[in-house]
Amino acid sequence: MEEIKEQTGHMPRIGEPAPAFEAVTTHGKLKLEDFKGSWLILFSHPADFTPVCTTEFIAFTEIHPELQKRGVELLGLSVDSTSSHIAWVRNVEEKTKVRISFPIIADLNKEVSLAYGMIHPGQSKTETVRCVFIIDPNQIIRTILYYPLTTGRNMDEILRIIDALQTTDKNAVATPANWRPGDMVVVPPPNTQEMAEERLKQGYECTDWYLCKKKL
Amino acid sequence: MACISPDGKPTESGSKMLRALKGGLGSPEKIAKEAGLPLFRVRSGLRELAEAGLAKQKDDRYELSEEGAKLIK
Repeated sequence: MEEIKEQTGHMPRIGEPAPAFEAVTTHGKLKLEDFKGSWLILFSHPADFTPVCTTEFIAFTEIHPELQKRGVELLGLSVDSTSSHIAWVRNVEEKTKVRISFPIIADLNKEVSLAYGMIHPGQSKTETVRCVFIIDPNQIIRTILYYPLTTGRNMDEILRIIDALQTTDKNAVATPANWRPGDMVVVPPPNTQEMAEERLKQGYECTDWYLCKKKL
Repeated sequence: MACISPDGKPTESGSKMLRALKGGLGSPEKIAKEAGLPLFRVRSGLRELAEAGLAKQKDDRYELSEEGAKLIK
């Protein structure tokens, strides 16, 4: 049991403060606290110069302007060196004309990977799996996604989660399955019988007292 | 080092931050706006400039040191 914990590190949870770090990146030494006040997507990839990761980095770069409009910064990570990251970023630009616009952590000693539970020995004992941590401006973990080594991430879903979290925070509502900006949102369920009865008179679109939706 | 080259000179982003500090004591938010750089880059960059003796930290704000002022003359 202890051996597995040693290999995997701490497994962070939604709602917990994001583990603090100071890391060497392609944009210099960065601390988690440098991102305070912004949303942050911290994501890991297995290795530089690999095919699926290359498609993901191009895809993350393509959504970067949309993320910036939403006040979101991007920070990549793998256990490769800064020199490897720089060489890969330059190679991607040379071959595809896409300039990777965000910093990448060179986590050679696996300090950050272990703090965020990014190493899953069942997949690889040496590489990080494809993790996505969405961290809010108060540095609380709000979403965690894990993908296997063989499956590239879905950028639409990442943008959708950001939109959903920001809508939830702004309006104190929840978002239903497959929600997209502009769709109806879910009104939080009532906690008392009285509130349940009142809920039905408030002009919401209700399937029943516990499932009411409204337009924003 | 993102703001200081191995030869000790400020990089392009380092120079932008130093120039933004020319107006006096400034917060990282103000420097980021003036330098046109992301806030996280400015926070880490100002730390580096201070470590290199080119800027001085006063509480949460920064100002040019004498060395830093000489560089942007």
